[in-house]
Amino acid sequence: MSRIAKRFEQLKAQGRTALVPFVTAGDPEPTTTVPLMHAMVAAGADIIELGVPFSDPMADGPVIQRATERALAKGVRLADVLAMVRAFRAQDADTPVVLMGYLNPIEVMGYAAFSEQAREAGVDGALIVDVPPEEGHDLVATMKAQGLDLVYLLAPTSTQDRIARIGEVASGFVYYVSVKGVTGAANLDAGDVAEHVEAIRRTIPLPVGVGFGIKDPETAGKVSKVADAVIVGSAIVSRIEALADTPAEIPATIGDFLSSLRAAIDAD
Amino acid sequence: MATSADNSHAEGMASGREAAYSLPDAVGHFGPYGGMFVPETLMHPLDELKQAYERCKSDPEFLAELDADLRDYVGRPSPIYHAERWSREVGGAQIFLKREDLNHTGAHKVNNTIGQALLARRMGKTRIIAETGAGQHGVASATVAARLGLECIVYMGEVDVARQEANVYRMRLLGAEVVSVKSGSRTLKDALNEAMRDWVTNIDNTFYIIGTVAGPHPYPMMVRDFQAVIGREARAQMLERTGRLPDALVACVGGGSNAIGLFYPFIDDPDVAIYGVEAGGEGLQTGHHAAPLCAGKPGVLHGNRTYLMEDANGQIIETHSISAGLDYPGVGPEHAWLKDSKRAHYDSVTDDEALTAFHHLTRTEGIIPALESSHALAYAHKLAATMRKDQSILINLSGRGDKDMHTVARHDGLVL
Repeated sequence: MSRIAKRFEQLKAQGRTALVPFVTAGDPEPTTTVPLMHAMVAAGADIIELGVPFSDPMADGPVIQRATERALAKGVRLADVLAMVRAFRAQDADTPVVLMGYLNPIEVMGYAAFSEQAREAGVDGALIVDVPPEEGHDLVATMKAQGLDLVYLLAPTSTQDRIARIGEVASGFVYYVSVKGVTGAANLDAGDVAEHVEAIRRTIPLPVGVGFGIKDPETAGKVSKVADAVIVGSAIVSRIEALADTPAEIPATIGDFLSSLRAAIDAD
Repeated sequence: MATSADNSHAEGMASGREAAYSLPDAVGHFGPYGGMFVPETLMHPLDELKQAYERCKSDPEFLAELDADLRDYVGRPSPIYHAERWSREVGGAQIFLKREDLNHTGAHKVNNTIGQALLARRMGKTRIIAETGAGQHGVASATVAARLGLECIVYMGEVDVARQEANVYRMRLLGAEVVSVKSGSRTLKDALNEAMRDWVTNIDNTFYIIGTVAGPHPYPMMVRDFQAVIGREARAQMLERTGRLPDALVACVGGGSNAIGLFYPFIDDPDVAIYGVEAGGEGLQTGHHAAPLCAGKPGVLHGNRTYLMEDANGQIIETHSISAGLDYPGVGPEHAWLKDSKRAHYDSVTDDEALTAFHHLTRTEGIIPALESSHALAYAHKLAATMRKDQSILINLSGRGDKDMHTVARHDGLVL
C-alpha cells in the first residue's frame, strides 16, 4: 500500500480530515524548504504538496507565480526539489510528499529518470497540472511502474464522462478544484463544493481533496465537513512571501497558521 | 477566373481538395506534436469549442457570413504582386508578394480574429480576450470586438507595451482594455499565460481568441483553417497569373499563423518547396534569438507539444528578436511536424538581415513591410538568387511596417 493510501486509511480510522499544505520548493531560499516541511508536519500537516518551479505556471495565480519566480531566481531545479525530499525523508519516513508542477521539466529529465529518482528520493506521487489523462499514457505507465501515485485535478467544469475517465487513471487521491480560476482565486461556495464532491465520490473510490480558495480556518472548517483532505496553498505562500527577507521566521509562522487550520478542521 | 468566391471558406472547406494531408488527428496531434496539455478546468470548454467549431465549419450560413466579412470588411482577396524591379535586380527567380499587408488593420491577423469572433458570437459569449506581442493580433481582436459589440480584454507583456505604444493606443481607441502583464519575462509568452488564467476564471462568458497556430487543440487547427484563405487565394492567383504553381513559398514563422495560412493549401503539391523563416535575432550562435525550430528542442508549453527554447532543466528561456511578433519561445505544432516530416524547410535570418530587407523592399518597390515579414523577404532574396529566371517564389507579405517606424528609426539612431 502506498504511503498516501496508508495515511488516508489511518485518518479514516480516526475520523479525521487530512490537512494538505502546499509550498513552492526553494521559496524564498533553497534552505527554507526542508525545515519548513518538518514544521508543517509538527503543526498537523498530513500530506505535503511541494511545488516544482516552472517558468510558465499558467494555472497559478499571482501569489504562487511570484513564489515560483523567487525559487527560480535561486536556481531551484527539479533535481534540487528531489534532493529536498530526500533530505526530508531522512527524518520523516511517514508523511507523504506529492510533487505539484508542470510537465516540461519532467519531459527534459525524461519520464523514466524522473520516476526512478523521485521514488528513490521518497516522493509518493505527483500532480502534473498540464497533463490530462488524454495526454498522459506513457507518463502514467512509467510512474505507476515505480509505485508512484498520480493525483489528478477535477474541476467544476468536469463532466461525468471526464470524472469517470480520470477515475480510471488516478491513484492516491483526487484533487477537486473548488472554483473556476487559478490558485489563490476568489472564495469558494461550500454548498456548491459539497455537491460536486458527492458527484465525484459516486464515481471515484479514492479520497477527495478540495483546494483553490481556502484562505482561513473558517473555510478550512467548512470544507473539512465534505472533503477527505483540505488543501491550502496560496494562503500559506503569501505568508512566506511576507517573510521573504527574514526566512528564519517562516517555519514558526507557517506552523502557527497550520495549527489554526488544524483546530478548525478537527472542531466537532 | 479566380474570384474571391472560388477561394472562399465556403469553397475551401467544402471542396475536400486538402483531403490527402489530414492532420491533426481527432485529438489534435500532428505526429508527436500538438495535443491538449492544459489544466482540467479547460478540458471541457475546449471540447465545447471544438464541437462548436466543427458545426460552424460545415454550416453554409456561417461560412457565407465569414466570406462576406472577409470581402467587405477586410478587403479580400488580397492581391499578389510581381516585384519586378527587385526580381530583376536579384537576377534569379521571379518574386511575387501575397499582399496581406493590404488587409484592414494591416496584417493577416484579422483573417483569424473575424472567424473566431463570429464563432464566439455563435457560442453566445459576450466577452473576448486575446494575447498580443507586437500588438497586431490585439488590434485585430479589438477591431472585431468593436464591430460586433463584444467586450475585449487584451493581455500584453509590459516590455511589449513599452515598445509598441502606437498599437496600445489603437486598441484603447477601439474600446479594448489593454492589461500590461508584469510576470515572467513580461513578453508574449507571459501574456499568453495571463490570458489562459483569465479564461480559466471566466470560462462561462468568455471566448479566448488565440492569435497564432499554437495553444491546445483545436486552436492550431482552427487558426490554420481561418488563415488558409491566404494560400487558397494565392494558389489560384499564381495559376491565373503564371499558368503554374510557384516553385517555392517563403513566410516568416513566429507562432506561425501567416506561414501555415500560406503553406497549408500547397502541402499536397510536392513540386512546391516550402520555406519557413525564424527570427535569428543576433545570430543563432549567440543564443539571443527566437528560432525554436532551428535551435530548440521538443517540449510542452501553452497547451501543446512542439519545439521550444528552453534551458537544460526545461525552463522556458527569454527570446530575442527585433520583431515583437516573432519574439516567442514556441512555434505552432504543425510546423514542428512539417519540419520533422521534411515537407517544409526551416531556416533563420538575423535582425540585421531583416532590417536590410526592410529598407530594400521599401526603396525598390515602394512597399514598407512589417519587420516580421522582412525576415521572409531577406531569406527569399538569398533563395531567389539561386534559382532560374523562369522559376517563381511566392512570399507572404504578412503585414505592413507602419507599426515598426519607431523601432526602425531607433535602430538608425533617430527618435521620432
